[in-house]
Amino acid sequence: MHATETPPRPLLAVTGFSKSFAGFVALDRVDFTLRPGEIHALLGENGAGKSTLIKTMTGVVTRDAGTMGLDGVEIAPRSAEEAVRMGLATVYQEVNLAPNLSVAQNLFLGRQPTRFGLVREGEMRRRARALLAEFGLSIDVAAPLESYSVAVQHIVAIARAVDQSARVLILDEPTASLDAHEVEVLFAVMRQLKARGIGIVFVTHFLDQVYAICDRITVLRNGRLAGSAPIAEMPRLDLVRLMLGRELSEATTERPPRTEDAPAAEVAAFRGFGKEGMVAPFDLTLRAGHVVGLAGLLGSGRTETVRLVFGADRADCGTAEVAGRAASIGSPREAMALGFGYCPEERKTEGIVADLTVRENIVLALQARRGALSPLSRREQDAIAAKFIRLLDIRPPDPERPIGLLSGGNQQKALLARWLATAPRLLILDEPTRGIDVGAHAEIIRLIRELCAEGMALLVVSSELEELVTYADEVIVLRDRAHVARLGGEQIDVASILAAIAEAPAAPPAAA
Amino acid sequence: MAMRFPRLGTSQLLALGVILLANWMVSPQFFDIRVQDGRLFGSLIDVLNRGAPVALLSIGMVLVIAMRGIDLSVGAVMAICGAIAASLADSHALPVVLAAALGAGLLCGLWNGFLVAVLGIQPIVATLILMVAGRGIAQLITEGRIVTFTSPQLAFLGGGSVLGLPTPVVLTLGMMALTLLVVRGTALGLMIEATGGNPRASALAGIGTKLITVAVYVWSGLCAALAGIVASADILGADANNAGLWLELDAILAVVIGGTSLFGGRFSILLAVVGALIIQAMNTGILLSGFPPETNLVVKAVVVLAVLLAQSPRLGGALAGLGVLFSRATSGGPRR
Repeated sequence: MHATETPPRPLLAVTGFSKSFAGFVALDRVDFTLRPGEIHALLGENGAGKSTLIKTMTGVVTRDAGTMGLDGVEIAPRSAEEAVRMGLATVYQEVNLAPNLSVAQNLFLGRQPTRFGLVREGEMRRRARALLAEFGLSIDVAAPLESYSVAVQHIVAIARAVDQSARVLILDEPTASLDAHEVEVLFAVMRQLKARGIGIVFVTHFLDQVYAICDRITVLRNGRLAGSAPIAEMPRLDLVRLMLGRELSEATTERPPRTEDAPAAEVAAFRGFGKEGMVAPFDLTLRAGHVVGLAGLLGSGRTETVRLVFGADRADCGTAEVAGRAASIGSPREAMALGFGYCPEERKTEGIVADLTVRENIVLALQARRGALSPLSRREQDAIAAKFIRLLDIRPPDPERPIGLLSGGNQQKALLARWLATAPRLLILDEPTRGIDVGAHAEIIRLIRELCAEGMALLVVSSELEELVTYADEVIVLRDRAHVARLGGEQIDVASILAAIAEAPAAPPAAA
Repeated sequence: MAMRFPRLGTSQLLALGVILLANWMVSPQFFDIRVQDGRLFGSLIDVLNRGAPVALLSIGMVLVIAMRGIDLSVGAVMAICGAIAASLADSHALPVVLAAALGAGLLCGLWNGFLVAVLGIQPIVATLILMVAGRGIAQLITEGRIVTFTSPQLAFLGGGSVLGLPTPVVLTLGMMALTLLVVRGTALGLMIEATGGNPRASALAGIGTKLITVAVYVWSGLCAALAGIVASADILGADANNAGLWLELDAILAVVIGGTSLFGGRFSILLAVVGALIIQAMNTGILLSGFPPETNLVVKAVVVLAVLLAQSPRLGGALAGLGVLFSRATSGGPRR
C-alpha cells in the first residue's frame, strides 16, 4: 500500500499522530504526507478518525503523540488561529464565517485595513473585489454573506484562508450541500490553488469527486491508516474495500437459502419518490416477510431514502401506495397511521429520550398513536415494558431506569421495542447495529430474521455488509444520492455490493 | 414516579421548612392561626394568600419550561386580564367578566404558541414581544388610569374566603388540581416530558409536538389570566403599570427551584408551587423581620442559590462542566 516513487519534498508531513479520548483510541499512529500543489483526498467512514486527524493537525485538539513538519520545519499549533498564522487553514462544511456581515467584512475580519484606527471601508471593498476576482468571482462585496449560495460562501472562506498566506488548505466536506454546477465552480478554484502550489486536503464522501480532482488518496479506518496511494494506483473497488475494511476473500458469507416462492403481498410501493437535494427519485417495493437492504457509503442517500419513506422529510415528487391504496406520507404521524415504524441512525439525538425511563421510552410511540386523551394505564405500560424487556433481553431488566444509563445495544433494543409495541407492518431500521457490542449485534440480527418470518416488511440501512447479505432478500445500492443498483436472490453477496458501490466490474472472489 | 417525587422534593421541602422556621424565629407569632368571621388568619395563611399569583403563574410556567420554552409575557398578560376584569366588573355579570378576562389570556397564549410552534421563533424572543406590548395593551384598556371597581362578586375572588381559606388560595388549589388532572390524568405529561427531553426523537415517535407547544402556552396564558383576575380583585382595581410587574421572573424562579430544568424534560407541578411558596415565605419573613425590604432581593438570591446547589445531583460534575466551558471559550476552536 505504500508508494515507492521518490516524492518531491513534502509540504506537510505528519508522523505518528495518536489521540485517545477517555480510553477510546480515535487516532493510532497515523502518518500523512501532503506535497505542494497536491489535492489529497482524506477518506474514511464515520468514526474512522478523519475529523480527529484534522483537529489534531490544526491544534483544535491536542495530540497525544506524533510530530508534524511544514516545509521541513516542525510546528505544533495550539489553536486554530495559531494554525492559520502558521499557514494551515481549514474550511468546514458549515462555513464558520459571520453570515450577517458583508462579504468584504468576512474576508478581512480581524485584519481590516485601517487609518488612524478607523476601518477604511472603501479600501477593504476594493481589496475584497480584487481578491475574489482571482477566483473568478465577481459579486457585490458589500452584500451580507448569507445572501449568497453556499458555494460562494465556501469560496469566500477559501479566499480568506488563502489571503492569510495559507500553504495548506483543509476542506472538510465542502461539497456536501452543493449542486453539480457549484461543485464545478469550487473545483475550478481548487485547481487554481493547486497551480499556485498550495496543498489541499479534501475530505468528502463522494467518490466521483475524488476521482475527478484528486492526485492522491489516504484512507483511514478505525483510527488507523488503512492505505495511501496515488490516484492511478487505487481503483474504486480497492478504495471501497479499504474504506469498509472488507476483503473479497471474506465475501462468501454464509447465507441461509431462501425459498423463492410466489411474491409475497405488497405492503408499500413507492414510484418516482424523491426530493431535490436529498435523493434522486427512486422506485421501492416492500413486501410482507421480506427484507430490503440499503447499502452505500455514508452520505450516499440511504438515510435520506428512509426519512422520505417515513415522512420525516416530505418527498417533492412521486407517489406512495400502501396496502394497495394511494397514500400521502407527509409526517411521521401519517406514516405511523399507515403502520410504519422507524428506528433512526442517530440513536441519541433522534431516538431515545435520555431522561425518561425505559418503560416510558418503550410506550412512547404507541401512546402517541393512541393520542394524549387515551392514556395507557400504568398497568398496561408495565405489562408492555415487561414483555419487551423479556422478549429482547434488555439489560438491566429494570423498566424504571432512565434509558440514558443503558448501554448502546440495550438502548437500541428499547427503541426496537418502542416500534414493535405499535405492531407495525413496515419497520425501517437505520444502522440498527451501529455502535453496539457484539452480543447485541447477534441478537438484533436474530430479531430481524424473526420479524421477517412473522410477515413484517423490513427496510434496513446497514454498513455491515456481511450482516446485510445474511438477511436481505433484496439489496439496493446507493451512490451519490441515487439508487444505482438493485440486487436480488443469488446476486446478493458482499463482492457484488462492493462492486456496485464502486461502480466497477465485479472481480471474481477468487482473484482476491 | 412514586419513587421519584419524595427524593426529588426533599431539598425544596427542607428549604421551605428552614425558611418558615427562620420566620418563626424573627416573629414568634408566625405559626399562630386564628379564626375570625369563619376565615383563617395568620402569617402562614398570608404566605399562601400572597403567594397565590406567583403560584398560579408557576403552574403554567412549569409546563412551558418542561417543553424547553419560557414565557416572559405572563406578568403583562396578568395586567391585560386584570385590566379587562376591572373595566367590566361594574357593568357586566361576573361570568361575562371572567369569560372576557380568561378569553384574553387564552388569546395571549395562542399568540405566543403561534410564534413559537408555527413561526419557529425562539421562545424567549417570542414571548418578549407580548411582555413589552402587553403592558401597553393593558394601559390602552385602562386608558392610562388606575381603574377601580366596586363589584362585590369580583372582589370576593381576591378578598373572600371559602371554607375558611382565602379565595386566591382555593383558586390556586383548584387550578393545580385541574392541571394535574389534565396533564397527569392523560398522556400529555409523558408527551411534554418526552418532547422537552428530545424534541426530534419525540416528533419521530409520532408525537404532535407543535400542537402540544401551542397548548402549553395557552395554558400558561390561562393561568396568567386567573392570576391577573385575583390580583385585580384583591386591590379592587387595575394598575396597568404595576400589576404583575416582574412576576414572570418569580414564576420562572419558582419552577427552577421546583427542580424543573430549563433544558426541558422532567417536571413537577407540585414542586413548582412549593417553589412559589418558598419565594413568598422569604418575602413575608423579611417584612416581618423589620429589615428594609431592599435586602429582600439579595437574601432571595442567596436562598435560591442554596436551594439550587442543594438539589444539584453532582456539584462536582457541574464544576467540571464549567471548566470545560471555560477551556472551550478560551481555545475558541471551530465547532467540528
